[in-house]
Amino acid sequence: MQPQTKQEHIVEIVSDSGEGAQKCGQTFGTISAKMGNGVWTVEIIPAEIQPPARTPSGASGIRIRLGSKEITNVGNEGDLVVAFNEQVLYSRIANGAYKEGTVVLLDNRWESDRSTEIQQMYKKAVAEFRDHGLVVHELPIHEACLKVVKDPRKGKNMFVLGMLCRIYNRDKEMGRNEIALTFAGKAEKIITSNQKLFDAGYQFAAEQLGEYFFEIPTREDRSDSPMVVTNGNTAVGLGVMASGMELVSMYPITPATSASHYLADVFPAAGGFVHQAEDEIAAIAFAIGASYAGKTACTITSGPGMALKTENIALAVMAEVPLVIVNVQRGGPSTGLPTKIEQGDLLSALYGEPGDAPKIILAAATIAECCSMVVLARKLAESFRTPVIVLTDANLATGVQPWERPELSRDMLAPPLDQSEWNSDIPAYDWDEKTGLSQRPIPGMPNGEYVLTGLSHTKQSKVSYESAENQYSATMRSRKLATLQSTLTPPNIHGDESGDMLVVGWGSTFGAIEEAVDNLRTTGEKISSIHLRFLSPLEPGLTEIFSQFKKVITIEVNYSDDINAPMITTENRRYAQLAMVLRVQTLADVDCWSAVYGHPLQPEMIGNVLQERLNQLNKKTGE
Amino acid sequence: MFGIKADWSLDIQERYFTLDDYEGNEARWCSGCGDHAVLATAHRILRDAQLPPEKSVFVSGIGCSSRMPHYMATYGLHGIHGRALPLACGVKSRRPDLDVWVATGDGDCYSIGAGHWIHAVRYNMDMTVLIFDNQIYGLTKKQTSPTSPIELKTNTHPEGASLDAMNPNTVTLGITNASFVAQVVDWNPPLLHETLKAAHAHKGASFVRIIQRCPVFVDSITKELQEDASRLRLLTHENGIPVAKGVEKLFPDSVEHDPSDMAGALRIARDETEKGIIPVGLLYQNQNIPCYSDLSGQGVETTDEEKIAATNAALDVFAI
Repeated sequence: MQPQTKQEHIVEIVSDSGEGAQKCGQTFGTISAKMGNGVWTVEIIPAEIQPPARTPSGASGIRIRLGSKEITNVGNEGDLVVAFNEQVLYSRIANGAYKEGTVVLLDNRWESDRSTEIQQMYKKAVAEFRDHGLVVHELPIHEACLKVVKDPRKGKNMFVLGMLCRIYNRDKEMGRNEIALTFAGKAEKIITSNQKLFDAGYQFAAEQLGEYFFEIPTREDRSDSPMVVTNGNTAVGLGVMASGMELVSMYPITPATSASHYLADVFPAAGGFVHQAEDEIAAIAFAIGASYAGKTACTITSGPGMALKTENIALAVMAEVPLVIVNVQRGGPSTGLPTKIEQGDLLSALYGEPGDAPKIILAAATIAECCSMVVLARKLAESFRTPVIVLTDANLATGVQPWERPELSRDMLAPPLDQSEWNSDIPAYDWDEKTGLSQRPIPGMPNGEYVLTGLSHTKQSKVSYESAENQYSATMRSRKLATLQSTLTPPNIHGDESGDMLVVGWGSTFGAIEEAVDNLRTTGEKISSIHLRFLSPLEPGLTEIFSQFKKVITIEVNYSDDINAPMITTENRRYAQLAMVLRVQTLADVDCWSAVYGHPLQPEMIGNVLQERLNQLNKKTGE
Repeated sequence: MFGIKADWSLDIQERYFTLDDYEGNEARWCSGCGDHAVLATAHRILRDAQLPPEKSVFVSGIGCSSRMPHYMATYGLHGIHGRALPLACGVKSRRPDLDVWVATGDGDCYSIGAGHWIHAVRYNMDMTVLIFDNQIYGLTKKQTSPTSPIELKTNTHPEGASLDAMNPNTVTLGITNASFVAQVVDWNPPLLHETLKAAHAHKGASFVRIIQRCPVFVDSITKELQEDASRLRLLTHENGIPVAKGVEKLFPDSVEHDPSDMAGALRIARDETEKGIIPVGLLYQNQNIPCYSDLSGQGVETTDEEKIAATNAALDVFAI
């Protein structure tokens, strides 16, 4: 029998926490990427480590979108789901993850559970899923695993991997090898046992699910350059190493910590050190200390950590200390949604400190950029003598995608520590009046001695309470941003340079927005998009670009008021964060649509919003 | 300095440093403030050690004491309130070659920075920590500090401080990895000098609490001690702070205390709270405690080629 060709498919594996669904999905994603498919995976993570079993809120799992072209986002509803129990599917259904016709491969062990209550829950759920339009196959997955191992809770995931590899016609040997790689370093017995489960799952799918046999063609747009497959946090870690930084100073916080876990493992080989500080404040202060001493350092955190770091960020701005701060954004405010995505920290990154604290802010749009922007950030921090904030988010942090392997070079690395003699005629802040830029003395340089201070200071870094000095130094710090902007080019326009509507995005929504825009363009809509990487300073040319469209709208994952909601008027409407910045900076009537559902925006959802706004626009202009 | 070698060539050290080479801006502390004595002592210690001024970094937080870096001609990092210790640890982390000092106070270290104090003791990074303890907030004008005596009338407690004073020495001694804990008063220059010199020579984090005069806000606290030294107990020992005979005579109460005796150190430190007897000298020293700076500084010599090779090896793991 020949497999049926599909251009793309979305697969989910959903289970209780601790059953290995993520490992199964990541391995499946890697095999698919190695076979030449476009892949994007996103983890479904409950907030607790061991949430109660068989509950909707405990749903833990992974989504893998694979296709015959580059995949840049999580996509819309799933095509095929493997579920270890029925309860966890409820939360996915509530999230709109499935459609009519989504195939559910459900472990049927609960049908004959010792508890009659569980038996009834199971039957009720299966009936409800079918009413909902899902195509449910009840399968003896647990029973089949029992034939291979005594405790299928450990290893069921590799059985499911075998099933998926058969269903999607993956190279069986590659699957077996990937298991060996996944469990590298473990006992041979463990590897063999998992490979046996994999084989059993492969055979099980061939026998029981013969009608589900698909082929996803290899990407034609695949470049010949070497690729790597990682998530965004690992990419951040690789960026730290590629930039030649020597120190990451951090405090554990979800969803940022895995970047530091990764570095703790590999950084020492590059001579680097991960310092786990006693708190978020100490983490950044430690990094500032190292940077001041000539070793530009990095701190990696998330929203609540950023809040604690504000006073130190202001010190780094005021005293012009190079520093890289990575903020892996999560849902806020307060503890919020620790494991979920939000783009809620743009305004606090811009304006979180007391007084005027200009700094550079970058936003990574792809997993590759999680790496390259850290390299860029270190360079900018050093050249502009300032902290640089790199914004990523929970979607990029755990999303996995193949990306072009960076070609490492010496000029990515920090220059060697300069300990040459400082010219004592040059003050510590020898601001160039036109650009605001200055060179800094590094401790150890003879004749460079100065006292770095967070107090208002003169060129010589002497404490000064003079009003003119304060105005002047504030001007110099601010001017650096204008200088940086003068070196940037206007953003690329995706689509035509003029039209009815321009969509503006930033961060991890990049792939979903472009996919939505592409879909609308194929139906004849005059819509384009731009995606900003520089948020402070903004990329130049926006006013001119905006003027070529009838309407400009941002799509963001943060809170904004719906203009049609009760009480909301044009005067009290609270805009999405980038929209707010763009309105101020361009004086254009920038509209916005944003939401805080805690999950990545799907292209279809964005498409529907944009279609509605386009219809309104066309009605208004009488077209 | 100068010397004749066996081959009769004159050995002239290229740079010889005088006190001037360490003196920064003119100190703007109040007259009679104990900080002046600490500053002058630090200048002398660096001069005696002939350390190049560019190799020392004075790190501070916020408060009267934290102005100290401005009055040094070395490098300085005048940070933010309570964060002197993590800033200093960061300076030292990848620059083991730098000589790091911390100037902090009773509010900066024992109150807003208390969390960092505990952990800086644990890290035991090689640095000299001077805690200028005048038992009052001075720069913000007379608020109660953690070490203010109970019933002291301040602007935040006009009826008198309601809590017993904290005992910083029992805290420092109680933290794992404490390696050098000493106490001294600012108005005894020879003792202050010997104490800071020993702290500076110690490899590890040396915590010196300097009981210090604030004649503007709480003159009474230290005046009593200056006039009647019987409340001070001098700690003597061959491994302790060297004390000249003339100095020893100034202390009616002196006791021999072996600085390697932790139980004895805790007992002596507790007497300050329980009996009002203030120890002066070296409470505890242990030279065998690992320094975190030795760990955090590993790899500073890594070459560009090695960094690139390590990053490529890391990328190889994810290659497809």
